[in-house]
Amino acid sequence: MALLKSTKILNGVGAQAPVLAVLQLRASSWWTEVQMGPPDPILGVTEAFKRDTNPKKMNLGVGAYRDDQGKPFVLSCVRKAEAQIAAKKLDKEYLPIGGMAEFSKACAQLALGPDNEVLKSGRSITVQTISGTGSLRVGANFVSRFHNVSRDVYLPKPSWGNHTPIFRDAGMQLMAYSYYDPKTCGFDFKGALDDISKIPEKSVIVLHACAHNPTGVDPKPEQWKEMAALIKKRNLLVFFDMAYQGFASGDIDRDAWAVRYFIEQGHNVLLSQSFAKNMGLYGERVGGFTVVCKDAEEAKRVESQLKILIRPIYSNPPMNGARIASTILSTPELYKEWLVEVKGMADRIIKMREMLVSNLKKEGSTQNWQHVTDQIGMFCFTGLKPEQVERLIKEFSIYMTKDGRISVAGVTSANVGYLAHAIHAVTK
Amino acid sequence: MSIFGEVPQAAPVAVFKLTADFREDQNPSKVNLGVGAYRTDECQPWVLPVVRKVEKMIADDHSLNHEYLPILGLPEFRSSASKIALGEDSPAIKDNRVGAVQCLGGTGALKIGAEFLRRWYNGTDNTKTPVYVSAPTWENHNAVFSNAGFEDIRPYKYWDAGKRGLDLEGFLGDLESAPDHSIFVLHACAHNPTGTDPTQDQWKKIADVMKRKSLFAFFDSAYQGFASGNLDKDAWAVRYFVSQGFELFCAQSFSKNFGLYNERVGNLTVVAKDQDNLNRVLSQMEKIARITWSNPPSQGARLVAIVLNTPELFAEWKDNVKTMADRVLLMRAQLKEKLKALGTPGTWEHITEQIGMFSFTGLNPKQVEYMVKEKHIYLMASGRINMCGLTTKNIDYVAESIHEAVTTVQ
Repeated sequence: MALLKSTKILNGVGAQAPVLAVLQLRASSWWTEVQMGPPDPILGVTEAFKRDTNPKKMNLGVGAYRDDQGKPFVLSCVRKAEAQIAAKKLDKEYLPIGGMAEFSKACAQLALGPDNEVLKSGRSITVQTISGTGSLRVGANFVSRFHNVSRDVYLPKPSWGNHTPIFRDAGMQLMAYSYYDPKTCGFDFKGALDDISKIPEKSVIVLHACAHNPTGVDPKPEQWKEMAALIKKRNLLVFFDMAYQGFASGDIDRDAWAVRYFIEQGHNVLLSQSFAKNMGLYGERVGGFTVVCKDAEEAKRVESQLKILIRPIYSNPPMNGARIASTILSTPELYKEWLVEVKGMADRIIKMREMLVSNLKKEGSTQNWQHVTDQIGMFCFTGLKPEQVERLIKEFSIYMTKDGRISVAGVTSANVGYLAHAIHAVTK
Repeated sequence: MSIFGEVPQAAPVAVFKLTADFREDQNPSKVNLGVGAYRTDECQPWVLPVVRKVEKMIADDHSLNHEYLPILGLPEFRSSASKIALGEDSPAIKDNRVGAVQCLGGTGALKIGAEFLRRWYNGTDNTKTPVYVSAPTWENHNAVFSNAGFEDIRPYKYWDAGKRGLDLEGFLGDLESAPDHSIFVLHACAHNPTGTDPTQDQWKKIADVMKRKSLFAFFDSAYQGFASGNLDKDAWAVRYFVSQGFELFCAQSFSKNFGLYNERVGNLTVVAKDQDNLNRVLSQMEKIARITWSNPPSQGARLVAIVLNTPELFAEWKDNVKTMADRVLLMRAQLKEKLKALGTPGTWEHITEQIGMFSFTGLNPKQVEYMVKEKHIYLMASGRINMCGLTTKNIDYVAESIHEAVTTVQ
């Protein structure tokens, strides 16, 4: 008689032979050896949060903006754009492989500035992608296939958790350069320069354009300048990840400064953009991938290859979100309204940071919390240790990832006091 | 010196180049029989009335937002879409051994399925596992599987150019000679590009061999409802395989049957032996989705879920689908009649025997070139035409042109 295929079950029940007969045999299946995938660490936080019945619970896990009532926020300019689009009664024909041309153009203009020489000369190509992830994936595949001089991608330590598996799956090797200094909860500038100076030529280096995820720690302009010069000297291929333009400081030009500076200094960069956060279009999957080339002719060749990469993944991108973004970016009144709304989101985050620090002081905390207001963007690396995070979850129902990262977007004027109280309790 | 100095110019994707060329053509008689998208008798794209209705519902509902969907997609969409493929009363669904991943169109569903199979199907490295695709097949099948890492992609005999029908003997022969555990990509209905489907009896024979040799069935279902006008009829093959105990994948597209082409609405339905196996498979597919697009777009899935889960809207949708299928059937009948009336040499029964959007006319490359260059009628080099490009206004011109091509070009 065919016995259990899996020895795991046998080991589990010991030598109780008669019992085996009544155990449910794992049915013969193609998938018997498929392991259960580990739960996504970030989404796992939300799952646990949902199960918690404590009325004071707080979800400081996933990076999605919440208003001061803790609710998802649909921008008014988005609603207006949607109404405009609906009135046009457009068809649903396939977009080109590279997406909506008007979107790609507006996307590049937003990042580089409308008067950028790169755009005027036509020496860049921008394709519409499935938000930031899709952009990084296309970019990783492109680098893997065409950047034959190096397999190495250098990420800042730490970086967004999904960067590593994306580049690895594309066939690249992951390395790291120092970035975050846990002692100061700030930028390890000297460590970064030291590490970058040793990166082998022609390697790919990933830079977070603004609002570094997960730390919220960004280089200052003078520091960016030194990094740009060193990276040029090392002849590295720069890959910018810009998921928070406008969302970090509230100013779209300020947040794109590093990208523009690098290009000005002669770096022909790769750039991933996301409109998930700055336009609140998360689930519509709106993003762009840009390659700055030597000239227009090269840009055409690169474009043709990007299409070859995209077609076997999803053929062509979804229209809805790109049309909304494009409408906003190219309609003056909506664009103006968007700038105000994105600043509004950034300002609320900044205010919550200030309130958290002042509340911690009120609680009597003697720790240095300056990094909370020094850091920028949606996330804050609190400096809390895993045991302290554990306590926050278990004793206070405050959910965050084990690395002590909190999404400041989850903080409101109503719960910031409770948060400060809890943090003080586990750190005093 | 640029790092991209050596990047070669890639050839354009043929079907999109055809449409680009069509657009540039100034000739007033031009006809586009290329890309597979439905057209009305006025040769216009058609947004289904039920789609417009639900779009408005969504736009007016200010309680809705644009938050991220779960990685695997919108639950209501996934389950209702699987029900469409397998049937409301599917025993497999009742046994809790059916799951799904919302994907970016049918292409995305094939992609996730292919990536999963390469990692987990038969051992943890399936790069050498043969993947069989029909000869001919949708031109992107090859690229999807090879980009997923499969190194051995082979054709299985399918189209018999001589008799202009299914080469069943060749098909069964290739199934027999395939290494056990090979993966077969099967078109659930309305085969693209030939429009030639196996009959139910032929499907039974195919399933027999596949079961005996443990061949994996990966169905591509892009035209359910669109082929015959009847959802259940078009899903017969998939449901038969499920009833025979196969574990299988079915990549579903809602591009054509919902006319939602650019919203990228797809579903990868997974049928496993039991819930435990299913859960492990889905957990691994989740990891693949996360590094490909993180989570899928919400608009299209939301819309489809509302329709599939609302009885009146569901009925209206089925009606819209039948409208499209019926127009295609009418054009098939008329084209065949006209070619017969013209006395065009050859047999033209296949025009009405074939099913779905496409027809493999049997025109050879030279004749196709003639059609494109001399007559400004755009069709694929394979001789494939999109029946939706035909209208009561252009059908005479097309029939006459085919007649000319066949009689004057060898």
